[in-house]
Amino acid sequence: MSAIEVLAPGLLTTVQDLGREGFGPMGVSPSGAADPIALRIGNRLVGNAEGAAGLEMTLLGGSFLFPEPAVAALTGSDFGATLDNAAIPPWTSFAVKAGLALKLGPTRSGARCYLCVRGGIAVEPFLGSASTHLLSGLGGHQGRALRKGDVLKIGNAPQTGQQRTGKRACSAANTHESHRARKVAPKALAHLGPRKVLRVTPGPQSDWFPKAAKKIFYSSAYRVSEEANRMGLRLQGPAIPEGAHGGMISEGVSLGAIQIAAGGMPIILFVEQQTTGGYAKMANVIAADLSSLGQLRPRDEVRFELVEFKSAPKLLIEQEKLLASDDLVVET
Amino acid sequence: MTAGKKASARFEPASDQSLLIYFDSQAKSRAPGRVGINSARPLQSGFTIEAHENVRRLLFLLQQEPIAGVRNLHPAYCSLLVKFDPLQWQHEKLERELRKVLARLHKVKLPAPRHVEIPVCYGGEFGPDLDDVASVHEMKPERVIELHASTTYLVYFLGFVPGFAYLGELPKELVTPRLPSPRKRVPAGSVGIAGNQTGVYPFETPGGWRLLGRTPLGMFRTDREGLSLLSIGDRVRFVPIAREQFAELVKGEVTWPASLRSSGQAEGEPCREKANDLPRNSKLGQGRGRE
Repeated sequence: MSAIEVLAPGLLTTVQDLGREGFGPMGVSPSGAADPIALRIGNRLVGNAEGAAGLEMTLLGGSFLFPEPAVAALTGSDFGATLDNAAIPPWTSFAVKAGLALKLGPTRSGARCYLCVRGGIAVEPFLGSASTHLLSGLGGHQGRALRKGDVLKIGNAPQTGQQRTGKRACSAANTHESHRARKVAPKALAHLGPRKVLRVTPGPQSDWFPKAAKKIFYSSAYRVSEEANRMGLRLQGPAIPEGAHGGMISEGVSLGAIQIAAGGMPIILFVEQQTTGGYAKMANVIAADLSSLGQLRPRDEVRFELVEFKSAPKLLIEQEKLLASDDLVVET
Repeated sequence: MTAGKKASARFEPASDQSLLIYFDSQAKSRAPGRVGINSARPLQSGFTIEAHENVRRLLFLLQQEPIAGVRNLHPAYCSLLVKFDPLQWQHEKLERELRKVLARLHKVKLPAPRHVEIPVCYGGEFGPDLDDVASVHEMKPERVIELHASTTYLVYFLGFVPGFAYLGELPKELVTPRLPSPRKRVPAGSVGIAGNQTGVYPFETPGGWRLLGRTPLGMFRTDREGLSLLSIGDRVRFVPIAREQFAELVKGEVTWPASLRSSGQAEGEPCREKANDLPRNSKLGQGRGRE
């Protein structure tokens, strides 16, 4: 079985797939890739099922040695990757010869870059998922971020991705040696790229906030603070006036919920979110824009745009159509 | 008492892929008064136990007979958050489906509650807020321990982090607001109180509850069937143990509950000496959640 050896882990690199749903009653949030669109496309580029496990790097990438030949892809943000001193652009697949090291550096665009390998990263699943849940130390590779010297096995993930790539599918003859590089069509990428204007629906307590508070929230730019991670992103900007911030009864909270904490600053709950909470929610990021959250870095600016509950599913369907399209991935 | 009556429920979209079902008309429709976050106002005061039991009944039914396209369930005091596949369901359609389930709630017989005893070493480095809580309420630390350990609590739900059970209600005399600002690191196993709730931190996380003691038990363990020591609906009692017993339990020299339970309740001597670290100290997370 082939493997990847971690020569340098980068700032925060974890094994992630699309997360584990269904364990809310135990207080377990799904976790999973912070930018699931990037992970799904990465898997598709290498011929995996789109939910196979890959490596999620944060702000600063690592270096990885491939003792055996492999087919890999990088998606998400551009971390200035090189292989054998040749630059590897993001959103492409490439063959790796045995003994070569893939080196990544600091980000040149957003917060996260994904490394997918044909076969997927093989770890013992926890509650049906390979995702790392950092806060509780569960899942992924020993429940933690990767360290120097870690060795990750590459699996024999079913190549179901081929079925979905239609006429452009890589054939069985497309082995490591003869791998023809593939990339994501630039036009599709432009539509799937991260947004800085996040579309939101009203939160369950949005009526608790006075009109003036909503006006501030929807007309202001907010900056992502240093306290931004997989649990949540704390924003900084004009304070939302105290409406009814305290004293509510704790209730279930959804992914992308924007709660207004003491001091009037918004916090967006993210993939390793707490499953319940007691702060009032002004709004909630729509499903189609959740991947954009995964690319936000500290000091990035975001704005919020209100959309109707009726429009949100249409936006998601549009996105899913693009992701499922045969033209998404093309040979270079 | 209401088992015969139809449960009244209110549906609110929470996001484009989730729906909240509230079982208490008091719970949300009115904005609360100006109640500060640190107010000692009982959190549960806004709902009835009946509303909570309806949450459990609905959760039970949805777990027994899952609806395709429903991805996750987050129970709480008087509400249930239902996460769904937005490509398969819209709010109105799912509400209609769930109302059919609601019509059957009164027929649900909830399983008999499990009774769980949790050993706690109170005070000292394990319970750094014990003395403060005692002085706030003008009582001796021993009395705080006695009160905390003399109540049978209900597990209302699990939330915040894996295995964190929201237990209520604290004896009135112990109701205490959260810390004004949360600790960055609360050790795994810490037993805390906030408002009229109490609970045990399963992992080392940030936290704002006032810490009275620590349990040597792992609250969430992957080597145990069911993973979480506690489940919704369980009844819980805390049993004071001495520092030596804590150490023995940590080392695995004795197992809980058999050996200790049978020896009767240990003296409530606070552990004021240094003790071994917990075996399951998990890594530091940078959470910002309010548990």
